[in-house]
Amino acid sequence: MFDELSQRLQTTLMGFGGDKQLTLENIDEALKDVRRALLEADVSLRVVKAFITRVKERAEGEDIIKSVSPSQQLVKIVHDELVQLLGGENKPLHLDTDPAVLLMFGLQGSGKTTTCGKLALQLRKKGKKPLLIAADVYRPAAIQQLISLGKQVSIPVFSIEGSTNVLEIAQGGLQFAKENGHSPIIIDTAGRLQVDTDMMAELLLLERITKPQEKLLVIDSMTGQEAIHVAETFNSQLGITGIVLTKLDGDTRGGAALSVVEVTGQPIKLVGTGEKMDALEPFYPERMATRILGMGDVVSLVERAQEAIDLDEAKALEKKMRRSEFSLEDFMKIQRTMKKLGSLDQILGMLPIPGMNKETREMLAHGGEAQLRRIESIINSMTIAERQKPDMINRSRKARIAKGCGMKEEDITEFLKNFDMMRKMMKQLTGMTDDMKKGKMPAGMKMPKGAKMPKGAKMPPFPGGGKPPFPF
Amino acid sequence: MFKQLFGLGKKGEESPNPAQTPQADAPQSAVQEDATGGLQKLKSAVSLTGKALVGKIVSLGHADGRLTEDELDEIEETLIRADVGMDMAIEMTEHIRKNPTIHSQDKLRDFLRSEFSGILANVPEATRLKHQKGKLNLYLVVGVNGAGKTTLIGKLANRFRQQGEKVIIAAGDTFRAAAEDQLEVWAQRAQVDLVRLDKADSAAVVFEAIAKAKAEQADVLIIDTAGRLQNKFNLMEELRKVKKIIDREAPADIVYESLLVIDATTGQNALRQAEVFHEAVQLTGVALTKLDSSAKGGIIFNIAKQYHLPVKLVGVGEKIDDLRDFDPHAFIDALFEL
Repeated sequence: MFDELSQRLQTTLMGFGGDKQLTLENIDEALKDVRRALLEADVSLRVVKAFITRVKERAEGEDIIKSVSPSQQLVKIVHDELVQLLGGENKPLHLDTDPAVLLMFGLQGSGKTTTCGKLALQLRKKGKKPLLIAADVYRPAAIQQLISLGKQVSIPVFSIEGSTNVLEIAQGGLQFAKENGHSPIIIDTAGRLQVDTDMMAELLLLERITKPQEKLLVIDSMTGQEAIHVAETFNSQLGITGIVLTKLDGDTRGGAALSVVEVTGQPIKLVGTGEKMDALEPFYPERMATRILGMGDVVSLVERAQEAIDLDEAKALEKKMRRSEFSLEDFMKIQRTMKKLGSLDQILGMLPIPGMNKETREMLAHGGEAQLRRIESIINSMTIAERQKPDMINRSRKARIAKGCGMKEEDITEFLKNFDMMRKMMKQLTGMTDDMKKGKMPAGMKMPKGAKMPKGAKMPPFPGGGKPPFPF
Repeated sequence: MFKQLFGLGKKGEESPNPAQTPQADAPQSAVQEDATGGLQKLKSAVSLTGKALVGKIVSLGHADGRLTEDELDEIEETLIRADVGMDMAIEMTEHIRKNPTIHSQDKLRDFLRSEFSGILANVPEATRLKHQKGKLNLYLVVGVNGAGKTTLIGKLANRFRQQGEKVIIAAGDTFRAAAEDQLEVWAQRAQVDLVRLDKADSAAVVFEAIAKAKAEQADVLIIDTAGRLQNKFNLMEELRKVKKIIDREAPADIVYESLLVIDATTGQNALRQAEVFHEAVQLTGVALTKLDSSAKGGIIFNIAKQYHLPVKLVGVGEKIDDLRDFDPHAFIDALFEL
């Protein structure tokens, strides 16, 4: 998210590092670069202008010129203003009425139906009893799509077969919810252009009848300069209460996010971050701004990790590592957990690794994913016994495995050798952390307290650094 | 030069496009657009862009003297707002700044027109959708989620069927919930055959569809694919696999197009889409959808300039016949007719 924007701002602001002092004149130069970066990121022009004015006022007011580290100061101001622009803090959904009604709307193809499914699942996980109402009677099979998503996540979908009257469907749905004790109620509507007056009128009627607590504009994060008009029109006609930003797992610069919040004055409440039904996350302006400035998003990663990792399983694995019993089966288990966290690219993107730009990240991720796929195919070609005790793999077994995964026997030998190495390394490492817990300095390690990795150093992809244990 | 480009070929009776490559000469355009109705739709779709872009800039021109810095800034901002992209906006503004002889309204208009038409002409591919009678015409349709692939396919199928062609659609989006059902509805509306294998992978569907097209000697095969964000490595790999199957299974003498569907409201990410999808399936053109609302479409220039990809089809509404051939000349005409 916002990857390219963060790089631009970084380059711009880094330019002030070292001996170059900020003056009233070159502040304008810097801000011109910031302006350009924001425009290239699809932030609407009007919003960019307002943003730049605010940053400039603050920068001049805070005597940035005399400060010790002007570049840092400017980064901070840009960051703070971004947080401000993105709405300050996370604003949750209002679901305190009974029943709570959520009306979802937006342009065609923005991701409304998918978001409805994801949102229903999320609410159910929080102990609610949601109902989906299929009120998109225009797009072919839209109702079918919602029903099928509902089935996937085991949430009832209300629809009236053959009806093209959205008001009838909405009323029927509300009645059904009342009788069966469903709340919240999520209403999926047809995509519409904000300039289509008939369709906007239909939405207004729907709003009158259902009296929604949340009126959520669903908007594609890849939207260009048009975002401002879309948001403005929906907001002025319906009075939206929040925004859902979709497809943020793409490589868009995502400037639309800044625009819609600024022109509507309403917060982004949720973001769609993938095709899986659980890829719907709360929106945190602070994290997003941090991310814009390339500071990484460790908090999100930690939260995702907490959801994906089974603690008991992790403890069992640790024990095995300690005793050097770590098997290939366990290795696969870790791989599967990693996948739940996201793609390598996504994970790397959230880590504040110095010197990591988009290109190296993609390269690492692509290389890494390909490597992992090869390893996976090797392990998949083994029997369960072989996975548990790789030591039993002899010549003829090797030949069979090689054939199974379409690789050479040498590749299998190399892989097994490296796996053995990794296993030994794990034992050492777990030993070390035990020593550390006891307050001892582990043998062979001399690092002063609070020492950090040198600037520009890249994180080794595997423990031990240097050559990765898997030379694929 | 300017007159040569635009003096000829007014409205429907279009003379050969100067940008057409030899391969484009043989196949006739898929549809001869009726000069009034078709053009009218396209016109109303782009007239808003014209007003906001060309009209605005031209209105700043002076009969005498230079444009002020503020006015030049306004020109740059107008270009940015039309989504033509930063580089082009800056470049064009710089050119205007350095050439005070073009600061009059007429000269500004001439300059914009020659710039824009030059960009649209400078593409290596045929600018109209390739199609040849008596051969299998295969169209692979790709794009990000929600771009409008399925709807475009429905419209395209209907158009070919109306011309008396035998059309088959392959439901290659086996991922999104009910995507096949959606396509089925379109296939019924267009009265064409649909190949769907629920829960199979898209490569299998494509294989099956090509076999059917060969066996039944179909004229047109349109392949739908699942929407995918271009930075999803695995999904792009899957698309490469589909392309491989086409290369392997389709007869050698087919007429082939890989069309990238782009939502007209998309911002600069459209460029990334063009780049990555092109790398995966060697695009031959772009279909621009949802062009029927306010001032959009500047991205057409950006894509043509940076990736030399022509826009071949334009979606201007939700009805089955709301599909237009994109004719760069007519587009420029509509843009400048104020």
